[in-house]
Amino acid sequence: MQIDIRTDSVKPVRQTFANIARRLGADKPATRYQEAMYDLQPETSFHYRPLWQPEYELYDKRRTAVVMADWYALKDPRQFYYGTYVNTRARQQESMEKNLEFLEQRGLLANLPDDTRQLLTGTVVALRHVEWAANMNNAYVTAYGYGSAITEATMFHTMDRLALAQYLTRIGLLIGGTTAVATAKDAWLNAPDWQQVRHAVEDLLVVQDWFESFVAQNLVFDGLVYPLFYARLDSLLACDHGPAYSLATEFMRAWHTETTRWVDAVVKTAVQESSANAALIARQAYDWLDRFAPALEPIADRLFGADAGDVLAAVVLPLETRLTALGLVRPGAPA
Amino acid sequence: MSQQPVFIALQANEDTRAIVEAIESDNPHATIQHFPAMVKINAPGRLEINRATIEALIGRSWDIQELQLGLISLGGNIEETEDQFLLAWR
Repeated sequence: MQIDIRTDSVKPVRQTFANIARRLGADKPATRYQEAMYDLQPETSFHYRPLWQPEYELYDKRRTAVVMADWYALKDPRQFYYGTYVNTRARQQESMEKNLEFLEQRGLLANLPDDTRQLLTGTVVALRHVEWAANMNNAYVTAYGYGSAITEATMFHTMDRLALAQYLTRIGLLIGGTTAVATAKDAWLNAPDWQQVRHAVEDLLVVQDWFESFVAQNLVFDGLVYPLFYARLDSLLACDHGPAYSLATEFMRAWHTETTRWVDAVVKTAVQESSANAALIARQAYDWLDRFAPALEPIADRLFGADAGDVLAAVVLPLETRLTALGLVRPGAPA
Repeated sequence: MSQQPVFIALQANEDTRAIVEAIESDNPHATIQHFPAMVKINAPGRLEINRATIEALIGRSWDIQELQLGLISLGGNIEETEDQFLLAWR
């Protein structure tokens, strides 16, 4: 008996979902990200208006002053959907776990000199409360934002912030056990050099416009905190105490570089949409920059002593350059 | 340089789709044939695969050696750097 082998191809009736095909302009294969992101936002037929906000629908574009013709333009360049996000973070979590284990076995943080441990407890470990606020702010953007392009990414970002707070807690525990974590909380609540920052962070928690929350938290405040605590402080500590702090904060640096791409892409798209958006977002960004940068001065003094002014300037200047590159012009400045 | 055809054949799957798309945009002279489970790309003289183009499409860093995971066959002399995979006859 002779068997003939021949290939037979089955052509799928369609390449992707109809809504994706309409967006792509043709029925062609779409990426998983596109299929998992586009058009998930409920848009019509809401039964009730929220009792606490009867002027808005349950999901409403007017909850921010930023206006977009298509909210799905705020895409994530990292193309995170559940699968890619979880895989990426799982890999990072594994290497971070190894780092922390390495630090714990050799007592590298616990054996730092007393004054360095106190410094880290009162400053870096206290940042866990900043991360919690960032978690709340991004949860707010996720809840009240519009379009699954942005809210999907901010939900991932919300979880990231929880993880960052937990890493900072772990660092606190390695430095000085539960006492260190309690001391950090006390510093956040009572130490005079934190109070301006805490005041600004708490004011940011009650901002109503979700896009302003996004800009103030993810663009401006993170744009100051991450370079200051995880780049500048890292180089300072590396001189005297070796790479223990670098190992403990490796994820923070990698994560900030990665999310910067996304934050910049979102803001740039919104700015390019219209000059009204550009003016509005510029005002939000520079208002918060002028609030946060001076608020960080006392903490910078404590960390960097006499160099504090220079260090802070070296953090603020690149951020202003970044804002300008995104098309954000300081209100009142010559264009 | 010789204008003899070079080719690359890749499995047709989710991972290679971006590679094919990148080759298509970087090599306007190439012809792309879709077979069951395989995509074959022919081009006279030269075919380039650029890391930057693929990274822009998939939104993450991509190692040029990831190409091997979906590679079936190719024809041409290879010149490979970290940024580019170049097929040509010399």
